[in-house]
Amino acid sequence: MDSKKGIIFTGAVIGILAVFLVRFGNPVNMGICIACFIRDTTGALGLHRAEVVQYIRPEIIGIVLGAFLISVAKKEFDVRGGSSPFIRFMLGFVVMIGALMFLGCPLRMVLRLGGGDLNALFGLAGFAAGIILGIIFLKNGFSLKRTYKLSKLEGYLFPLFNVGLFILLLTAPAFIFFSTKGPGAGHAPVRIALAAGLIVGVLVQRTRLCMVGGIRDAILFKDTYLILGFISIIVFASLGNLYFGFYKLGFAGQSVAHADGLWNFLGMALAGWGSVLLGGCPLRQLILAAEGNVDSVITVLGMSAGAAFAHNFSLAASAQGPSPNGKIAVLIGFALLLMIAYFNIERDAKATVQGGVKIGAN
Amino acid sequence: MAQIDTRGMSCPQPVLMTKKALEVNSTEVTVLVDSKTAKSNVERYLNLTGYTIDTTQLDGETNTFEIFAKKK
Repeated sequence: MDSKKGIIFTGAVIGILAVFLVRFGNPVNMGICIACFIRDTTGALGLHRAEVVQYIRPEIIGIVLGAFLISVAKKEFDVRGGSSPFIRFMLGFVVMIGALMFLGCPLRMVLRLGGGDLNALFGLAGFAAGIILGIIFLKNGFSLKRTYKLSKLEGYLFPLFNVGLFILLLTAPAFIFFSTKGPGAGHAPVRIALAAGLIVGVLVQRTRLCMVGGIRDAILFKDTYLILGFISIIVFASLGNLYFGFYKLGFAGQSVAHADGLWNFLGMALAGWGSVLLGGCPLRQLILAAEGNVDSVITVLGMSAGAAFAHNFSLAASAQGPSPNGKIAVLIGFALLLMIAYFNIERDAKATVQGGVKIGAN
Repeated sequence: MAQIDTRGMSCPQPVLMTKKALEVNSTEVTVLVDSKTAKSNVERYLNLTGYTIDTTQLDGETNTFEIFAKKK
């Protein structure tokens, strides 16, 4: 699947599946959204109490289990961790704060573009700006250091945790919260959502599709492989939305979105910058977490904590626009990223690059 | 010849380290990777920039490879 056809196919499947999920009950332009769905699951567990966004999203469980199973089958399941874990936790946290300012992760940004939501153009511009900021630090030697091999159990726990979530979804004990109104109440039937997630998990694991990697690699290496997937999602989501009549071109009255251009830009700039520093977008982090990368598990937990804070402290934007607290949180997020990016530049990175010398031997 | 050890590095550092090494010595390089993702990313970059590639799997390791690249 490591071919241009493979990644275009994957983008097409995601674009179309996302529209089908909307057709079967997910909120419009939210067929799949990693940030929103981690937030909903966090809420279902009662870690935040925003009543409109609480539901254990089977798409997330499906993506994790699909990626886990295929990585085991392809002998790519490899348990590693130890590359700046708490920094990654904080980066996940900040990416979530940015995503909830914009109202969507990079994948939902692409799906919103495919639904005609022009507010996402400000998001896209911010996303690209954030990626460029990240590239500047990468070029100057930014690194979160190496990972190390860990025990198998360490890697099996995250997929197992998702099986546990699925049991909680099916049994719906009284301590789990499910929205009765708002975006959290809009969801496709469990079987369909789980199946869609499994398909996406398998395809993305095979093709390494990543929303942030597309723009990053195109700028950094003039490599267009990943961006083809990015474009393919927009094209096929647009076609699907037109077919089912969900397509709505414009700025005003878009589903689960606000029209504040500046904060859409800044929210996604924060998410883009944080994602470059992490090495991948929220979707990619979820896939890596499923294939044994414990640092990505920590990142997902950071996103979950970010979502809990975002709703407990009114940081998340709403259809009415950004909240004052949210604006402050985004600005703090930028300061935090600047600190993380600056202090993780390896001063000798450039100096050690010499012919005949082993680079990065430790 | 430059030898680069990218094991344990996250995206896009294996490719970035390869690129930096080739800026110093552009004729040949050996890159050690420990995931199939890094392997295909580094190979794709070397292909795009005009290198012939010879990749060997390290004994007893399913996902560790040594990529030897030489300018065409």
